[in-house]
Amino acid sequence: MDSTLTWLHPAWALAIPIVLSFPLGWLMFRALDISAANAGKGFDAIPMLLLRLLGRKTPVGMSWKRYAFSMLTFNLALFVITFALLYTQHKIPALNPDHKGSLGELGYKIGDDDHPGADTGVVFNTVCSFVTNTNLQHYSGEQHLSYFSQLAAIVWLMFVTPASGLCVMLATLRGLRGDKDLGDFYADLFRGLASVIMPYCLIVAVLLVGTGVPMTFEGAATATTLDGASTQTIARGPVAALVAIKQAGTNGGGFFGPNSTHPFENPSPWSNMLSIVSIVMLPMASMIMAGFMLRNLKHALVLYGVMLALLVVGLIVGVNAEMAPSAAVRDLPVAVSPNMEGKEVRFGPVASATWASITTATSNGSVNSMHDSLNPIAGAVPMTLMMLNVVFSGIGAGFENMLMYVIIAVFIAGLMVGRTPEYLGKKVEAKEVKLAMIAVLFHPLLICVGAGLFAATEWGQKTVANPGSHGFSEILYEFTSAAANNGSGFEGLGDNNPAWNIATGIVLLLGRFPALILPLAVAGCLAQKKRVPETTGTLRTDNLTFAGMLVGTVLLVGALSFMPAVVLGPVADHLAEVKTAAK
Amino acid sequence: MIRETVSAIVGCAITFVICAVAYPLAVWVIGWTIFPRQAAGSLIERDGKVVGSELIAQPFSSEKYFQPRPSAAGANGYAADAASGSNLGTKNPALRERISGDVAKLQEANLQEKEPVPADLVTTSGSGLDPNISVEGARYQAARVAAARGVTKDKIRAFIDDRINTSGAIIGAPARVNVLQLNLDLDRDFPAPVK
Repeated sequence: MDSTLTWLHPAWALAIPIVLSFPLGWLMFRALDISAANAGKGFDAIPMLLLRLLGRKTPVGMSWKRYAFSMLTFNLALFVITFALLYTQHKIPALNPDHKGSLGELGYKIGDDDHPGADTGVVFNTVCSFVTNTNLQHYSGEQHLSYFSQLAAIVWLMFVTPASGLCVMLATLRGLRGDKDLGDFYADLFRGLASVIMPYCLIVAVLLVGTGVPMTFEGAATATTLDGASTQTIARGPVAALVAIKQAGTNGGGFFGPNSTHPFENPSPWSNMLSIVSIVMLPMASMIMAGFMLRNLKHALVLYGVMLALLVVGLIVGVNAEMAPSAAVRDLPVAVSPNMEGKEVRFGPVASATWASITTATSNGSVNSMHDSLNPIAGAVPMTLMMLNVVFSGIGAGFENMLMYVIIAVFIAGLMVGRTPEYLGKKVEAKEVKLAMIAVLFHPLLICVGAGLFAATEWGQKTVANPGSHGFSEILYEFTSAAANNGSGFEGLGDNNPAWNIATGIVLLLGRFPALILPLAVAGCLAQKKRVPETTGTLRTDNLTFAGMLVGTVLLVGALSFMPAVVLGPVADHLAEVKTAAK
Repeated sequence: MIRETVSAIVGCAITFVICAVAYPLAVWVIGWTIFPRQAAGSLIERDGKVVGSELIAQPFSSEKYFQPRPSAAGANGYAADAASGSNLGTKNPALRERISGDVAKLQEANLQEKEPVPADLVTTSGSGLDPNISVEGARYQAARVAAARGVTKDKIRAFIDDRINTSGAIIGAPARVNVLQLNLDLDRDFPAPVK
């Protein structure tokens, strides 16, 4: 490829969502933050009609505790219902043209040992994964799920879980703003779905069909191949509907096993651009929405800028690393070219490395190349972005995570100048800082304990697909992805067995709900406090100094928590020599 | 407590109907109305028989056909119901061994061609179903295909050049050639000599 064109793809992939995030953020603000007096007017009529079905004529005002409780109860109901649907998929007569069997009886393999038969672990893991907006997949969609399961369990959760995240963000913002109450969870849920996520997905899904993504309820197609006239079974299905919400809702779980590398999920460079824009669109726009809601656009822009800067740095490092030839072809008579293992010709290395950064910065986790086969440093970039977990991240969840770092940055800055720290006109005291510390330290705890345990035992050692430090990277990546609610993976890892299914299932839940509720609690506490007048001594949170302070805090916590693990994994992998096969 | 539980269950029912029933139906209806061919999977028919999908790689091993990239999907590759990449790390000896083997095979099959082997022809794609090869990958095979079809190499080179897909160049997409389309056109324009 012409080297001058290298940066064309990432330039578009960032420029389009950045430009669109401003009008979309404003629209979200108008559609989601509606005062009681204006409820039900205009487009708000639909969500308010849905709220009536729930037996509420108008939205009720909830405290942070009631809001959190409503969110948790709703998610618990989702968990129970989708578990039942997936567990019984082989008994449901509808929409199963290829006669997919029971998901709970896949059996599994550890090393060379076959374990046929029942393993409910994969159902547990799948439900945890989709209820937490993660979409880590230990099954393979086109092989193991019926069309009914793809729509009824997967697509449903893909809509309501990012909407739940968005709800918590709205409530948190109302708390920070100092509202009397934090809003009505169900009103927010219906507004988020009906006024923002659904319309966006409808447009994207239809465009995706246009680029070649199938949307059919017919079973697999059978073709007679040209050369040798053998039979090829071509799996298809209602793919476009799933892919649109998969990208737009920071979900990332593919209809097919290899996700957006599959030509039916991502048939052309155009579908690739549409997908990559959709991945980061709503997380970006929600930050702008935060600015309008807080009536402090400058502060929101500082957070947005910090996230964008971290993303751009990761992206540049990743693309550069992936332009280098693979170590596997060194000294072989192969034309000098970037690493193409695990990549599609229609995207090429640049679009693949760009996607790898954007999908892990946001908590999306869909892939358009196999991350396991990336050059080691290019593979370290997605891992690092998930470890930081604040670079746009999930819809709503990203803001919640960043808020915790903001509280800590404000606290540290306050210590340095010897003043009681303040944030948005409220005093930040011991309770808020404690909650923020717990939230921030919980994430590395989940990753390091999990990866350490599996690296030290047969659970991990027997399931890695690649030798040496790359094998450790596979374990580390899996736990990082689970804790960050991302869902991508170094997919060589043999992760469909009870140990991995249960361990990552638990990490998924612990990575999601505390990270939503702790910031909400902080906002609830701050909402109760009296506003202190702004003076010349007030630490400003809307300028470059604070941006630098925030980047420093994020990187310091990240580096202290994860540096040793990253050195043992991708860095050691990068420095290792290629061993030729044993003689 | 009971009230919250009821709300949660009713909330589930409402969102289920919108997200899992109404939305997919709407996409299905609109999709089939505007783009019926794509919605069915971009299938290609020849003489009334489905020979494959434009978007899905299928195996070609005869000399007279252009060959796609190697595939890690399913046990024998190109399994369009079990897509998969190799997931081999760059430093894994198994990857190097596989690539060396594929390079040797390609060089033997394309003795007329002295250039180094294009990287995409010896690496598996992420899905194992990559329908395209690079322009270099097609040109590398031109001499072999020309010999098998009894035409000059220049004719095949020109034939390839006519079928380079540059759609998306403005957003940084690499130029590429669709293998199935190329081979279908080959059969039409240069039928192989009967042996």
